Amino acid sequence: MRFFEFEAREVVRRAGIPVTDYGFTTDPAEAKAIAERIGGPTVIKSQVLTGGRMKAGGVKFADTPGEAEAHAAEILELEINGHMPRGVLVDPRAEVEQEYYAGVVWDGTRKQPVMIFSPVGGIDIEQVAEEQPDKVGRRHFSNILPLSDFQAKEVIASTGVTGSDLNRLVPIVLRLARLFVENDMVLAEINPLGRLADGSFVALDAHMDIENEARGRHKKLLADLGVGEEETRQAREATPFELAGEEVDAQDHRGVAGNVTEFDGDLGLVIGAGGGSLTLFDAVRAHGGRPANYCEIGGNPSVAKACGLAKLVLSKPGVDKIAVMMSIVSNTRVDIVARGVIKACLELGLDPAEKIAIFRIPGAWEEEGFKILERYGVDYADRSVSLNEAARRAVEKIQGAPAR
Amino acid sequence: MRADGTFIAVEVEDAAAGDTELARRLAEACPVDIFLASDSGVALVDGNLDECVLCRLCLDAAGARGAGSPVKIIKLYDDGALLD
Amino acid sequence: MSILIDASTTFIVQGITGREAVNLTRECLDYGTGAKIVGGVTPGRLGRDVHGVPVFDTVAQAVEHHGAPIDGSVVTVPPAFTKDAVFEAIENGIKLVVIVTERIPRRDVAQMVELATLRGARIIGPNCLGIIVPDVIKMGGIGGPAKNAAQAYTPGPIGVISRSGGMTTEMSSTLSAAGLGQSTAVSIGGDAIIGSTYAELMPLFEADEQTRGIVIYTEPGGRMEAELSRWVTENSSRLPIVAFMAGRFMDEMPGMSFGHAGTIVEGKEDTAGEKIERLAQAGIRVAERIEDIPTMISEQIESRAGA
Ligand code: SF4
Repeated sequence: MRFFEFEAREVVRRAGIPVTDYGFTTDPAEAKAIAERIGGPTVIKSQVLTGGRMKAGGVKFADTPGEAEAHAAEILELEINGHMPRGVLVDPRAEVEQEYYAGVVWDGTRKQPVMIFSPVGGIDIEQVAEEQPDKVGRRHFSNILPLSDFQAKEVIASTGVTGSDLNRLVPIVLRLARLFVENDMVLAEINPLGRLADGSFVALDAHMDIENEARGRHKKLLADLGVGEEETRQAREATPFELAGEEVDAQDHRGVAGNVTEFDGDLGLVIGAGGGSLTLFDAVRAHGGRPANYCEIGGNPSVAKACGLAKLVLSKPGVDKIAVMMSIVSNTRVDIVARGVIKACLELGLDPAEKIAIFRIPGAWEEEGFKILERYGVDYADRSVSLNEAARRAVEKIQGAPAR
Repeated sequence: MRADGTFIAVEVEDAAAGDTELARRLAEACPVDIFLASDSGVALVDGNLDECVLCRLCLDAAGARGAGSPVKIIKLYDDGALLD
Repeated sequence: MSILIDASTTFIVQGITGREAVNLTRECLDYGTGAKIVGGVTPGRLGRDVHGVPVFDTVAQAVEHHGAPIDGSVVTVPPAFTKDAVFEAIENGIKLVVIVTERIPRRDVAQMVELATLRGARIIGPNCLGIIVPDVIKMGGIGGPAKNAAQAYTPGPIGVISRSGGMTTEMSSTLSAAGLGQSTAVSIGGDAIIGSTYAELMPLFEADEQTRGIVIYTEPGGRMEAELSRWVTENSSRLPIVAFMAGRFMDEMPGMSFGHAGTIVEGKEDTAGEKIERLAQAGIRVAERIEDIPTMISEQIESRAGA
């Protein structure tokens, strides 16, 4: 989950890394008060989880508190890439002599975190890596052995930085690495990291991303930052349809029937699990089908849950039929899913034979499952029919259906 | 006593339905809570009938299978075939 | 032959009294020649048994009871306890740890992998279904109950490596139906950091005489395919590889994760399109449909044999 800049800066500050005396607000009048307190030129920055805010007019410079208020009022109303800002950050305009970059990310190939440092900051680190590769230092570090100053020193020195700059930067980079590890971050970046006229360093902007799976062990931090437990901060907000999918999945603890993502097609998908869902979604599209949703079934859900998911998909406006498809199942049971989806049709007063375009789930308890499907006249397929072929049949049925 | 779901029906012989000891064993055995034990014997939970996983644990708890069992699990989708 | 495990492999199940673990234990005992599960561990349950497998409080007790080093462990404990369980296994001399548990934070996984490396142990997973050597042994829930696993997996010349547990079975079943059995199939897990990647398993298949070709299942997200491409190029592997790439649709949706925790398109390098190109450059053929895999891999095996 990504943090807003004002949250990321707070994380940085708590780690003992110097930050500017900024303020966060959702109110223009308060922006003015913060600017007055700062007492000098300020920068007003939109707090949105999307790139390109500078270009979009989401960052403005103010010389007076009155100007800060006017800019804040404007920026608070400004939508950027479909996102409304969470608020604005009022930041003193620091006299920066040079901008640096410090970051920590995971390297999935080496399976270790890596410190990244560059004396060229303020721009994308990837761009620096491409144009001035000798100006980017990288160093992996252990997850078991304690972090030590020399590791930060090595990565900074490898970019040619020496003298008092080096000694002042070591604790900052080390603290950044430590906060990355301790807070289960997947990205921790200070960019730019500014060197002021007096030779001291200060974090001018920060990007942090905490791993979703680890949120449970950072409840206090998240509560302190005011992040709600329900906030997912996905690339886009969940739709009501997707939230309803979560509710279906939460109704009991047996298996999974949810992870719904909404699309605007006419073929409802009741599919799963992980890899099978991806394969099937691709296959439906490859045959010209327009999926109404993505979802996942797995881990042997209850009949009620499979039924709830199928009902949700069937009730989506524009959905004419559902395709129930999975790769060969061994844990999830064919008969249980068959009962669930047929029940969904019956409870909505629909004919399963007509509404279920195809049922292709081979595997555990398939004999029993196929008996149920036969009984209700549902078109089904066993493992001799590939996922791709099943998807093709489903698309064909939808496209052959009378327009309505 | 018999209760019917969409796919599964469960029947408990009237003579056995008042047996509180059998009721306790059935309630304990069934993984999807189809049986409830009370002071007056067995009760069936309608909402859970279709969750039956055909595991036969209730039949084992009743000590018999098939037509001779005081508990019968009936597959409505299979022309009323008995689980045995 | 096979890789990683064979009929003589001994292993334990950590978290053996959990619902899924009880099923998994039954399945492994029933499959093939019958897995040698020499113990289970659930703290506080010493003295119980699960399908005849004795339960211990600690791994050390299991090792002592067995009276010899134990080869492997299947770990099925909740995410918050997984790291400790894996550390315990490794520190008690276990060299092969299959982690079934999902939703383990990366930091924990990285720590487990680092300890394993220090001790010369290997981790498969997390978030995986384990390893199967058709008709011989399975270690983990892969393929499901013995009867179902026997239906999908048959012995033969193909090594299967897959980021999706379910698709390991789907692909193997398709291969089996075409008369192409599997030497070993490994479900490696769908997370961003895993114990054993394609490239890390390749040398084992390379050294296995039975294996004549490799089939992999892959997804967007991560750099694992780039690593495999590099390995293949640098090691002039004798084994032809056919890859199936799912989740092509995700290229249009950067920042969204589907299916597995590891599938998220973050940069241009981890899109499906980019990966397909990279694989192709290394001579790895990419199948559009699962049903095309058997012909593609047979053709390649034959053309190499003829060369
Ligand atoms: S067969 Fe199993 S699930 Fe069905 S009623 Fe009996 S105990 Fe419950």
